[in-house]
Amino acid sequence: MSNQDIKKATRHVNQNEPVIFERSSPGKKGYRLPPLDVPPVDPKKALGDCARQDLGNMPEVSEMEIIRHFTRMSTWNYAIDLGMYPLGSCTMKYNARVNEVVARLYGLAEAHPYQQERISQGALRIMKTLADCLLDITGMDAITLQPAAGAHGEMTGILLIHACLKSRGNPRKKILIPDSAHGTNPATAAICGYAVENLKSNARGMVDIGALEAQMNEDIAGLMLTNPNTLGIFEQEIHKIADILHQKGGLLYMDGANMNALVGKTRPGDFGVDVMHLNLHKTFSTPHGGGGPGSGPVACKKELEPYLPKPIVVEKADGTLGFDYDRPQSVGRVRMFYGNFGMHVRALAYIMANGPDGLRQTTEDAVLNANYVRKKLEDEYELPYKSASMHEVVFSDRQQAQKGVKTGDIAKRIIDYGFHPYTVSFPLVVPGALMIEPTESESLEELNLFIDAMKAISREAAEDPELVRNAPHTTRVSRLDETAAARKPVLRWNPGKAQSAGE
Amino acid sequence: MRYLPKSPADRQQMLRDIGCKSIDDLFSPIPAEYRLNRDLKVPRQMAESEVIEYFRHCAETNAAGYAVFLGAGAYHHYRPVVIDSLISRGEFFTAYTPYQPEIAQGTLQAIFEFQTMICELTGMEVANASMYDGSTGAAEALLMASRITGRKAAVVARTVHPEYREVIQTYVQHQDVPLSECGYLENGRINMADLEKQITSDTACVLIQSPNFFGTIEDIAAVAELAHKKGALLAVSIAEGLSLGVVKPPTEADIVSMESQSFGVPLGFGGPYAGVLATKEKFVRQIPGRLVGEARDKNGKRGFVLTLSTREQHIRREKATSNICTNQALIATMATIYMTVYGREGLRELAEQNLAKAAYAAGEFGKKGKVLFQGAPRFNEFVLQTSEDPYQINERLLEKKTIGGFPLRKFYPELGNAALWCCTEMNSREQIDAAVKAVAQ
Repeated sequence: MSNQDIKKATRHVNQNEPVIFERSSPGKKGYRLPPLDVPPVDPKKALGDCARQDLGNMPEVSEMEIIRHFTRMSTWNYAIDLGMYPLGSCTMKYNARVNEVVARLYGLAEAHPYQQERISQGALRIMKTLADCLLDITGMDAITLQPAAGAHGEMTGILLIHACLKSRGNPRKKILIPDSAHGTNPATAAICGYAVENLKSNARGMVDIGALEAQMNEDIAGLMLTNPNTLGIFEQEIHKIADILHQKGGLLYMDGANMNALVGKTRPGDFGVDVMHLNLHKTFSTPHGGGGPGSGPVACKKELEPYLPKPIVVEKADGTLGFDYDRPQSVGRVRMFYGNFGMHVRALAYIMANGPDGLRQTTEDAVLNANYVRKKLEDEYELPYKSASMHEVVFSDRQQAQKGVKTGDIAKRIIDYGFHPYTVSFPLVVPGALMIEPTESESLEELNLFIDAMKAISREAAEDPELVRNAPHTTRVSRLDETAAARKPVLRWNPGKAQSAGE
Repeated sequence: MRYLPKSPADRQQMLRDIGCKSIDDLFSPIPAEYRLNRDLKVPRQMAESEVIEYFRHCAETNAAGYAVFLGAGAYHHYRPVVIDSLISRGEFFTAYTPYQPEIAQGTLQAIFEFQTMICELTGMEVANASMYDGSTGAAEALLMASRITGRKAAVVARTVHPEYREVIQTYVQHQDVPLSECGYLENGRINMADLEKQITSDTACVLIQSPNFFGTIEDIAAVAELAHKKGALLAVSIAEGLSLGVVKPPTEADIVSMESQSFGVPLGFGGPYAGVLATKEKFVRQIPGRLVGEARDKNGKRGFVLTLSTREQHIRREKATSNICTNQALIATMATIYMTVYGREGLRELAEQNLAKAAYAAGEFGKKGKVLFQGAPRFNEFVLQTSEDPYQINERLLEKKTIGGFPLRKFYPELGNAALWCCTEMNSREQIDAAVKAVAQ
């Protein structure tokens, strides 16, 4: 295929840059401290044996070099700001700049977590307002903002289930997890002391109600369900699922990773969910930051409220806000202080910029975009599950694999077309999965470029499979040898192994 | 809605192409009885100027422009402006986890540099890409020690941050990890005789903090020797990372769990911060969380990748070392930039200033109350016992736009009217003198 098919991206020069330690030389400085206004202290005298000799290989560079170092490195990254980032179940949406501005306001960014409540009313008001918004969005009764990420929220939620069932008499032994679930679900169940039992999905890609009925018993504490599930399919018999669990004394946990399909259109609390987490870094647009920070609030029904982590924000009799630590039934603390407050600020700013109408339109556009991609690509790529798609669509590489081109190859090739790949080889229930979540942030033009690129790659796979198998061809490094990297791991820079400058 | 890049005509055309009459068709999988037919009860859609106005008002009803003498796990240090300038580049903050290394080398190299700097600072051989924070990192350190030793129990010093200890309790409650507590001496250090009694043949790990919650620096080598003699590992938690600018690194430890907030991360009412776990190379396969390693492409060019992922939940599921997925990558990058700005000389100079400020303050406050835990070295915190209730003192200080020390009664009732004070490079002599005067009233 000629490069004429590549419409979104053009090659351009980018700068080489060694690791910072290779830039360092003694005597260079990137700082200046104000003069010390108290008598100096000799560390050797003050600390004795505990005094440090030196700081080894910590870098010594000037401010100019620091700016260039990190700026050059930044240009090696793909980012939402550059274009569509269709990672399924990751919800890579636009990160509004006003969120960054308000999170850095003096008074919020500089607030010490232990400063007195009466000089923290603004921060507490933000937490309370966000909590109230999230409660109406989820249809739940109570919430904690403390968990630092989605998996951390899962852990909190399963601890709530454990505590609730224990107070009913028996915490039980197992958690049911569908075969399409994200890996954090089983890992979380294990941390909370539960054994994991797999739940099969049916031919439509949904929970097999018959199997659930057969598997559900008094040993099972609950089901961890993602809805829409990782195939992008809404569990249409969700209330039946909840009923089956409830009838036998179990609870329904919802992984809220895919809430971007539901906000303003339906509420988990209304369809039978007992406890769930939200990913503020997905649905509520707090930046992913190259892998974090996230924030994973957990919302629950009334019965589980006493077990929420402490403290919680409460309104006092005089109308001021404060923290309530007096919660004897709490599962405990899952993180010091109050969670990733800076993410709470950003999520609330996002909700305010949207309002009820904007949030609904956002959900509709996210679902519209996924269905548009599905429609335009379903003739080129196999669609293993035909059930209606919500905010994401999962294809398989079955047709392309006949020519030896796998989902991982297609993903690498789409990089040459100027896009970030979709989620590769997940969910596990689809062999060779291509999991595509465009989010609402993509214009029709950007979607069409993506669709054209995917079609072009499908043609390439048929006509010139080697081209796809060796992709990417345009990046500063080609495919890296991950097997060798894991066999003899080099996890830090070592002096003496310095490379020639540049690379 | 200003974030949505579609015109009404675009939406109509897309619906036509899909073959739908209206958007409602796409939501038909949701059973009708569960569809929300009203507006969400959230604030109405606001202009950008209104959003800023709302948060500005919130910020103004929070403290601003106060002198801060609080530490206790969150430290007020100067943040060089280049940090926000660099992490505000969209290529850093709007990128995902670097699962596609060919287009994520910026994030990957930054994390590789972070891991290297953490190793240099802590004296460990490997460090991970970050944990949520110091408290959850400490809990994961205990679970890691248990996997390494095949033992279950842990001894946790009472001088570990009380909220870290609460988090540990939460993490291990269903893991069958018996916890015991070890007390402290008059000089603030861990009670070694007590520790010796607590360590049993089932003890996987001894966890201490240094500088500990009272600001006292522990004798790591001695604690390590005792733990190792009994076949247990030593995990050291560090809440004030800047101490490592002047304090000997805990090289005798097996696992170090550090909170990186001091390295250029805003106080931010408690988060986001970034924890990190560091350890010996021989334990690397038991470390939780992401790791970045060096790799080569087919042309021999150096690059970086996420590596040893068979430890992690997306591969091992319920057998993973932890359930952690999203970590604190951007905060780790903040810390990396901070450590680069100050570097080899600056971190020492800055730590020396902290040492001097706290020594001066302890001397001055000591004239008005009793500075506890004498006889062992401290970094930038000290405990002041007063005749007056520290909550009352702090109320009075607030009137002078000063936030006083952290009252210890809630967690250490045996210390009576005591508070933990912190002085960093941000506390001027003038502020310290004024606070001393107000305490004495």
